[in-house]
Amino acid sequence: MMLPTHRSGRLLLPVSMVFVWFSMVLAVILSCIPVGRFLAMPDFVALVLAFWCVREPHRIGMGAGFILGLTVDVVIGSVMGQHATAYVLLAWAAIANARRLLWFSPAVQSLYMVPMFFMVQLVMLLLRMASGGRFPGWEYFFTCFTTAVLWLPVYYLLLLPQMRPIDRDENRPL
Amino acid sequence: MATGHQTPPFFKRGLPPAARATIYLALCFSLLVADLRLHYLDTLRQGLTVLTYPLRIAAATPADFVRNAANYFSGLASLQKENRQLKSHQLEMDSALMFTRELERENDNLRGLLDVSKRVGLRTTAAEIVYPSRDAFSRKVIINKGSTQDIEPGSAVVDSLGLLGQVTRVFPLHAEVTLVSDKDQAIPVVVERSGLRAVMFGSGSGLLELKFLAANAEVKPGDRILTSGLDGIYAPGIPVAVVLKVTRDNSESFARILCKPIAAVERNGAVLVFNRIEPLPARPSDELERNSRRASSGRIRQRGVTEAFAGQSAPAETASAPVATPPAPVADASAPAPARAARSSAARSAPVAAASAPAAAGSAPAGREARSAQ
Repeated sequence: MMLPTHRSGRLLLPVSMVFVWFSMVLAVILSCIPVGRFLAMPDFVALVLAFWCVREPHRIGMGAGFILGLTVDVVIGSVMGQHATAYVLLAWAAIANARRLLWFSPAVQSLYMVPMFFMVQLVMLLLRMASGGRFPGWEYFFTCFTTAVLWLPVYYLLLLPQMRPIDRDENRPL
Repeated sequence: MATGHQTPPFFKRGLPPAARATIYLALCFSLLVADLRLHYLDTLRQGLTVLTYPLRIAAATPADFVRNAANYFSGLASLQKENRQLKSHQLEMDSALMFTRELERENDNLRGLLDVSKRVGLRTTAAEIVYPSRDAFSRKVIINKGSTQDIEPGSAVVDSLGLLGQVTRVFPLHAEVTLVSDKDQAIPVVVERSGLRAVMFGSGSGLLELKFLAANAEVKPGDRILTSGLDGIYAPGIPVAVVLKVTRDNSESFARILCKPIAAVERNGAVLVFNRIEPLPARPSDELERNSRRASSGRIRQRGVTEAFAGQSAPAETASAPVATPPAPVADASAPAPARAARSSAARSAPVAAASAPAAAGSAPAGREARSAQ
């Protein structure tokens, strides 16, 4: 678990699985925020899931994607399996590209994530259109860009616990 | 995309990613089918909804706080103005109500004299739209009353102006209302001016569409559309929409009629849920099967009509469901009427039009809703 990024100037602590799952629950909560018909709302769950799939491909994967997808399906009130399918595919793509992505800087990573998030949107659109849903309008696809833009802040936020120094400094506790 | 890392043989990492993805995708697809086609997952959804309710509250509380704060600062003057308006409105309503009670009693008496079945009793529950559903592919809203307040799936939901939608899923503390503008929502309606019966579908873009009306049907922009009550779900006479545009194309047999919903469909606010007091009349079991066999053998439904008159009290939805195939003989139109009503002369002379087939087509999906609700 030492030095997962080759550009990283610092050694990171091993990740705590409690924190990983906490961040995912937080993402689900964020996805319940009632925003009405604002379609470009970022998909926080996809973002956090993809992040951990890239950072910890051996621990977080398609199983987590499936569980999160079902939860989001229930919370949002969409068809069961709609988000689950999309997130399983996202986790697969993220794991498959994890080693390559870690070579890049966070900004370039976020560019790489756009097609993956686009795939999530596309899969859900195809599933729902096939089952007789209405076309929600082109702004539906903005979600993948707003989600990818958030990759950068989320990158630092979710790595913060691992960036703590090993020796606890009494004068600077954080 | 890279194909993934090859697992070194001396590390145990379980199934390869492709196999795992296949398993999960198969699971997802079976869930999709079970939910969409077979409706098996309602209990699972109920359970998960109860489990995720705290998350929902956690997310909704800050949003509520912002909304309430905005309300708090909305100012004394505007509230006073609103109060004055409400008071004058109340006064008008009171006087109207006095006459309505009298009329209702008179109507009941007359119906009793004519031996016609009583109007359906309704119990209303006030609720509030909490927020629109996040699902981008359908038009649904969440209201703040659920099964603990006796909300039932299938009930009609109205606001102060007209029909808003139908309760489709009920959870312990909230319920999901499918708006009339949803693509899958079908309502049996009647054109107020001409008495023409038809079915109304959501067009998906916030407007409604009156389908399967003949190209020369008696509809023009500005007509009001009311519920016909044929399906036994919506009470008759609730305003639904106003006709916006009628396109008559000679190359097509049906007119394309766009309507605008009367209710404030895409806004938040207070709503009323109409619950039925009596249950729907029982559905005759073999009617549907027999009729479809008859339709396929080519001899059409003279007998079906006589049977409907003969005394089975067939509810509208079942009697009309098999007639959904487009070429509809005029005789059909009386089949949907319950047999008791058919005995009265008033019902026999009810306006009969080509619209009977659409009414049948429309009540079929609505009937499905009701059945899944039971």
